[in-house]
Amino acid sequence: MHKLGMTGINLTSSLVGFMISLMPGSSFAREIADTAKGFNDLWYEVMIDITIIGAIFAFITIYFMIKYRRRNDDDEGSQKPMTTMSAIGWAIIPVFIFLADDLYMAAKGWTLYNEYRNVPENSLEIKLESAMWSWDYTYPNGVKAYNELRVPAGTPIVLRMTSRDTLHSHFIPDFRIKEDSMPGRITYLWFYPQEPGEHVVTCAEYCGLLHSRMAGKIIAMPEEEFTAWYKAEAENLEQNLASN
Amino acid sequence: MMHVLKDWIFTTDHKKIGLLYLIGSIAAFVLAGIMALLMRAELSAIGPTITTNPNDYNVWLYFHGAAMILGFQIPALTGFLANYLIPLQIGARDVAFPRVNALSVWLFYMGIFLALLTFVVPNPPDVMWTGYPPYSVVTPGNTALYTFTVLLLGFASILGGVNFLTTITFMRAPGIGWNQLNIFTWCTFGAFILQLIFVPVLGTAVTMIMLDKYVGTHFFDPAAGGDVLIYQNLFWFYSHPAVYVIFLPFIGIVFDIVATFARNRIFNYKAAVYGGIGGIVILAGEVWIHHLYVTGMPDWLRVGQMITTLMISVPVGLMFISLVGTLFKGSISFKTPMLYGLSVIFLMLVGGLTGIPLALVSLDLHVSDTYFIIGHFHYVMAVAGTFSIFGGVYYLYPKFTGRMYNETLGKIGFWLSFIGVNSIFFPMMVVGVTTGMPRRYWDYQQFPEAESFHVIMTAGAAIIAIGFIIILINWIHGMLKGEKAGSNPWGSRSLEWTTTSPPLAHGNWEAVPTIKEAWGPYEYGTNKT
Repeated sequence: MHKLGMTGINLTSSLVGFMISLMPGSSFAREIADTAKGFNDLWYEVMIDITIIGAIFAFITIYFMIKYRRRNDDDEGSQKPMTTMSAIGWAIIPVFIFLADDLYMAAKGWTLYNEYRNVPENSLEIKLESAMWSWDYTYPNGVKAYNELRVPAGTPIVLRMTSRDTLHSHFIPDFRIKEDSMPGRITYLWFYPQEPGEHVVTCAEYCGLLHSRMAGKIIAMPEEEFTAWYKAEAENLEQNLASN
Repeated sequence: MMHVLKDWIFTTDHKKIGLLYLIGSIAAFVLAGIMALLMRAELSAIGPTITTNPNDYNVWLYFHGAAMILGFQIPALTGFLANYLIPLQIGARDVAFPRVNALSVWLFYMGIFLALLTFVVPNPPDVMWTGYPPYSVVTPGNTALYTFTVLLLGFASILGGVNFLTTITFMRAPGIGWNQLNIFTWCTFGAFILQLIFVPVLGTAVTMIMLDKYVGTHFFDPAAGGDVLIYQNLFWFYSHPAVYVIFLPFIGIVFDIVATFARNRIFNYKAAVYGGIGGIVILAGEVWIHHLYVTGMPDWLRVGQMITTLMISVPVGLMFISLVGTLFKGSISFKTPMLYGLSVIFLMLVGGLTGIPLALVSLDLHVSDTYFIIGHFHYVMAVAGTFSIFGGVYYLYPKFTGRMYNETLGKIGFWLSFIGVNSIFFPMMVVGVTTGMPRRYWDYQQFPEAESFHVIMTAGAAIIAIGFIIILINWIHGMLKGEKAGSNPWGSRSLEWTTTSPPLAHGNWEAVPTIKEAWGPYEYGTNKT
């Protein structure tokens, strides 16, 4: 009886949540995925998976190496030719085991990939033009920044990227994300700085002489600080435009 | 002296041509290895170490990659090993087109010569072995040198492909059926099918770069309606299958080494051949997008080829089961070639299994283009391939020199190399995923925590260099002073060991070997024939 009541409450609350989520501009609209955490979790899982497979093969190999070492110079192996049935069995069964693991991994990888590619609503959209060798960002109000991108903590950021000259790749290791920027094409990536802090940005696509020095940073600021900075920059920009 | 020189230059004997390939590819290996040592020295500490000009580093890196893949691995596997072994393994007197064969080896030497011009021309190519535009078009570096090197070596490959596919199909000694071929012969067959299909695509891609740079076309110039991604698609449409052009022959020679030194039949031969090699040939051309996971390809392509990429584990897994299964109930001796053969099993486990996270597009978004990738492909292709080649050289050494190498030196050389490679490439993977340090970096100020790993890697490179010098001394010393090897020092059942060491200069055998019905290259444990 008690259990049933709890279920009822859960059902009501999730229904309420669902209805709120339908309202425009609601903060319940969609939970913002934490892709960096998603990466770490999936990475950990895949590492366990491949370590187990590798350990099984390595253990069997070492066991055979010891057990079947040559004792007498004239010895030969004594493996018998396989019957057709066992040959088919030794092919089909591993194929299904490998395929099952592959498809399981593919499903996991695909799920996380969807989170990486679906930009959350209410993201702050910033344009990025890369060049040899700098990252040029443009905010929605026209404010520009070079190699240092200030963003408000707690807001998902989406970068719309293109390139002025050659290929570059905007890589933010802390957020486990990169995507190439190319002349003539527009690509995007998004990331979600939850806390204030600094994050390295670095170029991951070979772009010539100073490829390794094409580094910048993302500075996530507390929201009020960012707003103040953003307004001040916008006013500076207007004054500059007016004086020109 | 002149007589000997003339004999080698105008030779059409597949064994001499094979050895010419070996000499050329080892020379490329030495040069590309020196480049690797220079790079390791540069990266041993943060900041400029041995050069203040990043361009030097970029040229070393270009040469290292291009020479190792196009000048060392592919020629050593599909040039040396295929030329030397295949006619002997199928009981043929030579290849189908001996003069075409001679043409391919000299094209290969011209390719090496062009690649060497890298160190002479004023603006050496700095485009990496991948040569991505627009950089390869706008760079002051000499992209034409890159294009012509690739074209010459590619042309040599195509000629080799035609030659060997014909040889294996039509020149088997009477009585050798398809199911009695050595795994190495089968693997090379698969590799040359891939070369024949895909090399022209690479030729097209690099030619388009040259046209864009020097003739003024706009294939890759978006301002004039071109597209930068066409190149990457064409390039990887060849270059991913090229991984299997390297993988197939090297796993093939490892199969032959393991079967010989375990004196055992191949476990589930047909699954390895038809499922393993066949599966790889079929899947090879459907996975190239995994090199373009972070280039803004459409999502459906990325996800689709994530699945085909993961499916590569099926044929590779079948081959692996056959390889490990060949040890079952064997009689395993741990001579130097076998140490290399067995080590490839472990190297492939590390390299192959780390391919699984890389296949997952969501994980690749972080590790793509980092040191994790370098670690992965060195394990799976560079190191496993090189260990197979060295194992193959040791394995065939008594056959082509007629003498034995020194077993103790061989083992010392092996263990130094094995320790060296693991202390380079395992830390690389760790650095790649933990710090995210990207590849192709001359300096890494923004990743201070990577420095201690780089010190270990540089030490590992030095260990490999010492190991390789010992290996080279062993090879040269054995050639001059080694004790005479009989025709079959390993007790193998395979056909190449039925002829004298070294085999007759022309024709390989006094008479074409007669094949009994029950014969097979791996029929061990039965009455000796």
